[in-house]
Amino acid sequence: MTATTDLAALHSRPVPPLGSFSGTLVKLELRRLLRNRRTVIFTVVMPVIFFLLFGLNKSYADQAVGRGNVAALIMISMAIYGAMIATTSVGASVSIERSQGWSRQLRLTPLNPLAYVAAKLIVALLAGAVAIIAVYAAGLVTHKAHMPVSAWIAAGLIGWVGSLTFAAFGLFMGYLLPSENVMQILGPVLALLAILGGLWFPLDDDSVMGMIAKFTPMYGLAGLAHQPLVAGAFHISWLVNVVTWLVVFAAGAAWRFRKDTARV
Amino acid sequence: MSSITPPSRPAPSAPAAGTAISLRGLSKSFGAVQAVRGIDLEIHPGEIVAFLGPNGAGKTSTIDMVLGLSSPTAGSVEVFGLPPHQAIARGLVSAVMQTGGLLKDLTVAETVEYTASLFAGSTDPAEALRRAGIDGIADRRVGKCSGGEQQRLRFAMALLPDPALLLLDEPTTGMDVEGRRAFWAAIRDDAEAGRTVLFATHYLEEADAYADRIVLVSQGRIVADGTSTQVRALASGTTVRASLADPDVDVLRRLPGVDSVEVRGDTVLLHSRNGDDVARYLLNHTAAHDLQITSQGLEEAFLALTGHEDDAGPVGAERTRTASAATAPTAERTSR
Repeated sequence: MTATTDLAALHSRPVPPLGSFSGTLVKLELRRLLRNRRTVIFTVVMPVIFFLLFGLNKSYADQAVGRGNVAALIMISMAIYGAMIATTSVGASVSIERSQGWSRQLRLTPLNPLAYVAAKLIVALLAGAVAIIAVYAAGLVTHKAHMPVSAWIAAGLIGWVGSLTFAAFGLFMGYLLPSENVMQILGPVLALLAILGGLWFPLDDDSVMGMIAKFTPMYGLAGLAHQPLVAGAFHISWLVNVVTWLVVFAAGAAWRFRKDTARV
Repeated sequence: MSSITPPSRPAPSAPAAGTAISLRGLSKSFGAVQAVRGIDLEIHPGEIVAFLGPNGAGKTSTIDMVLGLSSPTAGSVEVFGLPPHQAIARGLVSAVMQTGGLLKDLTVAETVEYTASLFAGSTDPAEALRRAGIDGIADRRVGKCSGGEQQRLRFAMALLPDPALLLLDEPTTGMDVEGRRAFWAAIRDDAEAGRTVLFATHYLEEADAYADRIVLVSQGRIVADGTSTQVRALASGTTVRASLADPDVDVLRRLPGVDSVEVRGDTVLLHSRNGDDVARYLLNHTAAHDLQITSQGLEEAFLALTGHEDDAGPVGAERTRTASAATAPTAERTSR
């Protein structure tokens, strides 16, 4: 292990493939996430508890909704709520890395910043899947949520893929806010967005709040994810809502990201 | 090499191997603040160079540009003939920064594993931990490590790509004496293999003890560049201060051993290698009175050469002026 001074040998040293993206990177990022007790409680434990508290209420749980019952509707709501918190947390964790100087340290390695973002998105999707599976498991074990198997799968997949919007939201906020505790700010914001998205209780479409809610980031995803169960009229505005917010958050994240990694 | 400071390393290998670092007219401004003002510097493979200067001299700004963390306002940087980002991508250069750069929630071993996974041809992480002397705390969370342990972890991370050039930015800031000694022992053991090392420091003793070559920077410029012996030579000698009206400056300047003469009103200041002879001459052959003789230590030479602007007050001003007189004849540039 001698540091050679032969220029040709130095210049022929290899540059890592895929911008240094690897399974090790994803594995260690995932391990960090699971080690964070607060994140695990907010993404897995709390949505399950909310489902058990609100989803099993005898006075309405068995009321029919579309192809299933209210318990199933609330289960889907809590699953995507958990996925939203999970993906936002992963994205927002870049703020911790920035404040601890880790982002700067990574710039002294061959790691391509885009490979890093890719790893973050994969970890976010894995975390989102865990959050959804946890609530679904509670729904299965309690035998209260009823809907066709196809609706279970479709709602889960839609909620899961759609939660990427919030990974972008988390990244944007993580690059924008200097704080190490971004999630303390974002937690209440996400709760508010969930209310406006109709995840906690149905909103009156004709009220002022109901009108405003339609333009908030959770609204479209909630509509899309509930659709396999509700089986009502499909609103193209849901899709427009999700795509628009995804573009806004991704553009915001890219803008801040470029600023963060720029050589000033 | 003089007997005062024998750096126990072989002379740098032939310059045919190119330069490890080549800076040409390097400048960096932050708005109206000029942090680096035209630095020309060549560092050859195998050299251990101290980048010595007070806080705010432009050391960190220069190192950031060598690492590609920031771009020069003017001038150019090459690391082994490559732009910094290409040298980084090949793992040719790594750095130990002063603070930060660690994730508190990872263990020591995980941090090294993480970093190793990012390089194409990383060396064995366990070996890096051993060389940095922290293999015993591999399973400890980084957040629970002491400052010295964290610094040795940064060193272990820097070793992973087996870099040909290692940059250390104030590496022992905040360490106790023992930690500092252990850290430098690890660096020295490692440098035996012929790695080029550039370290920034404002500790004169550190530069003196561990570098083959000292580059003194002040206010964004190089003010002296030489072996530690040459820099020490700047520090030898004494300053004789006396009250003397209408001194014959030409005569004083020709006195044996006198480097510089400065007149301020009725006061004359003489910097020389032999203060006693100067004092004897002044008392026997002139009307000088109220003599003050002060010997200039390394610390004074350092302050003089680096001319602290923030060292406000008459003392600081005096040092600065003495410096400009003393620098010219003695600061031999050794850049090739």
